[in-house]
Amino acid sequence: MDFISIFSIFLLACFVGYFVVWSVTPALHTPLMSVTNAISSVIIVGALIASAAAGSPLSKWLGLAAVVMASINIFGGFAVTERMLAMYKKKER
Amino acid sequence: MHEVAPINPWVALAYLASGILFIMALRGLSSPASSRRGNRFGIAGMTIAVVTTLLTHVPRTGDGALDTIAIAEVLGAIGIGAVIGIVMARRIAMTAMPQLVAAFHSLVGLAAVAVAAAAYLNPSAFHIADAAGQIFAVSRVEMGLGIAIGAITFSGSVIAFLKLNGNMSGSPIMLPGRHIINLGTLAAIIGLVAYFLTDQSPWVFWTITALSFLIGFLLIIPIGGADMPVVVSMLNSYSGWAAAAMGFTLGNTAMIITGALVGSSGAILSYIMCRAMNRSFISVIAGGFGADDSAGGAGGSKEQRPWKPGSADDAAFLMSQAENVIIVPGYGMAVAQAQHALREMGDVLKKEGVNVKYAIHPVAGRMPGHMNVLLAEANVPYDEVFELEDINNEFAQCDVAFVIGANDVTNPAAKTDKSSPIYGMPVLDVEKAKTVLFVKRSMGGVGYAGVDNDVFYMDQTMMLLGDAKKMADDIVKALNGGGH
Repeated sequence: MDFISIFSIFLLACFVGYFVVWSVTPALHTPLMSVTNAISSVIIVGALIASAAAGSPLSKWLGLAAVVMASINIFGGFAVTERMLAMYKKKER
Repeated sequence: MHEVAPINPWVALAYLASGILFIMALRGLSSPASSRRGNRFGIAGMTIAVVTTLLTHVPRTGDGALDTIAIAEVLGAIGIGAVIGIVMARRIAMTAMPQLVAAFHSLVGLAAVAVAAAAYLNPSAFHIADAAGQIFAVSRVEMGLGIAIGAITFSGSVIAFLKLNGNMSGSPIMLPGRHIINLGTLAAIIGLVAYFLTDQSPWVFWTITALSFLIGFLLIIPIGGADMPVVVSMLNSYSGWAAAAMGFTLGNTAMIITGALVGSSGAILSYIMCRAMNRSFISVIAGGFGADDSAGGAGGSKEQRPWKPGSADDAAFLMSQAENVIIVPGYGMAVAQAQHALREMGDVLKKEGVNVKYAIHPVAGRMPGHMNVLLAEANVPYDEVFELEDINNEFAQCDVAFVIGANDVTNPAAKTDKSSPIYGMPVLDVEKAKTVLFVKRSMGGVGYAGVDNDVFYMDQTMMLLGDAKKMADDIVKALNGGGH
């Protein structure tokens, strides 16, 4: 993809992010941080490409290390978010 | 001339779908009722992104056969991360959430550095170089920014983690001439990223990396414990921008959309935290807040003013007679692990027909929304918990304001005293309640900002001195033994 198309997607996503995040209730700001943490580990895509590529052993091992780190974040981030969200209960009655 | 990344439309659509699912994940957080579904959208989006990448980048040996060892290594790496991540998520105490989030941020930062370095070392695998191995100009900028932001996120988060976890003093560490050192380092990084455009030699790349690690440390060490909510939010934002920069390098829509979402999210949370403390973002970053207060503010020249002590029995009696009680919890409540005892107190009062609500200041915890999680953990229903702007006008009609483990966020000096360090900060108007019950460890200690609170000395205030948990427990006992 050319730079301008990618940049357009980026700018539009910034606007979407701006509006979506303001609509998040302040009571859920901590889960917001843990879930954004988990999704920012989508960087694992780059790590997987590096670890699958032939040509540079160092590059491959850096990729694998990044896969481990990003996986900790993905699994840990979603799991801790789920754990927190399960605690939010409405008044009984 | 250059090798163009092969674009399979289905792959591109899959990444787009995962980006959209991430948007829906955040959208779900607009209310607790839809939040868990939101988290599932997030998990689905991540699964799509990972599976798509795995299927399109199967490791192959030189003759085109499947490289089973490499495949096992990749799956093993995911497995190791999964086990560590899930164990951490299960074991972490809710009071320690800020540390966990800081630790997670540092991992995103380091992963971004590793990916950028891997792309630099093997650019053809990422389709960002021509046949001669020259990396495209635009990719060099993206990669330089990615590694710089990633490294700053990593080292900054490590310092934030150490401060939040108590391994390092929360008080600001001020180096002489730090503004000049910091600005000089930042200028050097920007200059080197620009120079990287003309020269892709390893020394340029690794110097950018090293300087970025350094500036991350330097930026966070002068920031005091009270400002950590801003720092954690800011690092959240950086981790997003790092992901976005790598998304540009790879031309990957899922990464770009996510990076933009996370980047905006952290930026907005930083803004909300700054506004809640009436501090400008620049002054937080410049650091040093609370550094000299212990020497000046709490000095001995302070006059002794009369205050009224009270007991758990007094508190139990006053609250059981009340119609409306507003509980104002602060971080001290969480430190004393008093949230369960506090909820029990609320339950007993509700049974006696008292209308109980909780009022939360945005900076009541150590990170945005932290106090809400702690109350939720103690089974306080979320519809009894209110934000500052939603409940502040109710103090005038309430019989008892019960302040526990909070101080600065109730200080009326923020509204009246222009010389106060917290002047202009939005505060909870507890002094308007008919009676204020103030649970505090002792009369000596002051809040983060190191300022005295006039509420302690008002006629309608009763100071309940002691450990927050023990006090709440004693009040519950007194309420239960009260013979109703």
